[in-house]
Amino acid sequence: MLSFSARPAGARKPLYLLACAALLASGGVAMAHSFSSGSLKIGHPWSRETAEGQSAGGGFMTITNSGQSEDRLTGGTAEIARQVQVHSMTMDGGVMRMRQLKDGLAIPAGGTVALKPGSFHVMFIGLKRPLQRGELVPVTLHFAKAGKVAVQFRVEAVTYGGTSHDQH
Amino acid sequence: MTSIETQARLVRLRRWLWVLVGVAALGVGVMLGIRALGGDQGGASEVAGAPADIGSSFSLVDRDGKPVTPQSLKGKPHAIFFGFTRCPDVCPTALSRMAQYRKKLGADGDKFQIVFVSVDSGHDSPADVGAYVDLFGTPIVGLTGSQQQIADAAKSFRVFYQKVPVEGGDYTIDHSAFTVLMDREGHFRSLLSDQESEESALAELRRLIA
Repeated sequence: MLSFSARPAGARKPLYLLACAALLASGGVAMAHSFSSGSLKIGHPWSRETAEGQSAGGGFMTITNSGQSEDRLTGGTAEIARQVQVHSMTMDGGVMRMRQLKDGLAIPAGGTVALKPGSFHVMFIGLKRPLQRGELVPVTLHFAKAGKVAVQFRVEAVTYGGTSHDQH
Repeated sequence: MTSIETQARLVRLRRWLWVLVGVAALGVGVMLGIRALGGDQGGASEVAGAPADIGSSFSLVDRDGKPVTPQSLKGKPHAIFFGFTRCPDVCPTALSRMAQYRKKLGADGDKFQIVFVSVDSGHDSPADVGAYVDLFGTPIVGLTGSQQQIADAAKSFRVFYQKVPVEGGDYTIDHSAFTVLMDREGHFRSLLSDQESEESALAELRRLIA
């Protein structure tokens, strides 16, 4: 369920009510924070809060493709960042290496791909302002077949590392 | 059994005992040698043939631009991690873990310092590094420096880093993901890998602050 950590209540209340309204409108599925478009389902998109001067951040989520053919996450756009890119992260003999996936990330037919710490992520490059804990950041994800899918990334504490349902 | 035979056996036995003593002495010598080279017991990984000078020489600046050298960090053991503020994954994970370990150590948690060194001189100002480490809700010393200062410090700590361009003219940075543990004298103790279990990391930190 959506829950906001301790922030000045006044500042977050309208957002919270809006989120509740959206939840009710969407029929209140078991995993509240998810977005669907055609055969794609985006589960729990989240990011970490950032500091002043920290001009980039990572975004994580699960993408499920219930369709008959593979799709690809190629990138996206967001008001808050200059660019949204898809990156891989691998450990190579104790060295962390990140690479932009210029051809996108394949989401196999009938499969789920987790973008999570230690694996894939989207990069918000050129952040125009810091991401604040508790806010929902609108991002449009671009898929090769499904086209544009509007989602909202929930900004978590910097110490957040994802939950067990990110592993699904 | 005659007394001569008994004596001969005793001599052989004594010889064997001396051989055993020799082997044991050699073993102790090898162990001491390894420890002198900077390796340490259990848990955390050792650097192959780790020289004692790891992290012994660097000159960086803190969030206020004030110089920081190994001398300034002496007095408290420290856990040092190299990264950059725009790092989306391993840096926040490593620093969050260290903050978590500190909490788990309870009253002993403040017996060591957590140090973050930004290798991104092209982007992270000293103040940026300061604002970044403040996110973690526990005191973390944020350091950076000029391109040359960072290169020298990374070399001293055997840390690898390399800029990798991405589309749009920006770049990301590949870098070592281990945390270096230094004792209160500023001598290298051991490494915590990014794969270190919580149990092993806590045991290593307890030894470090003991």
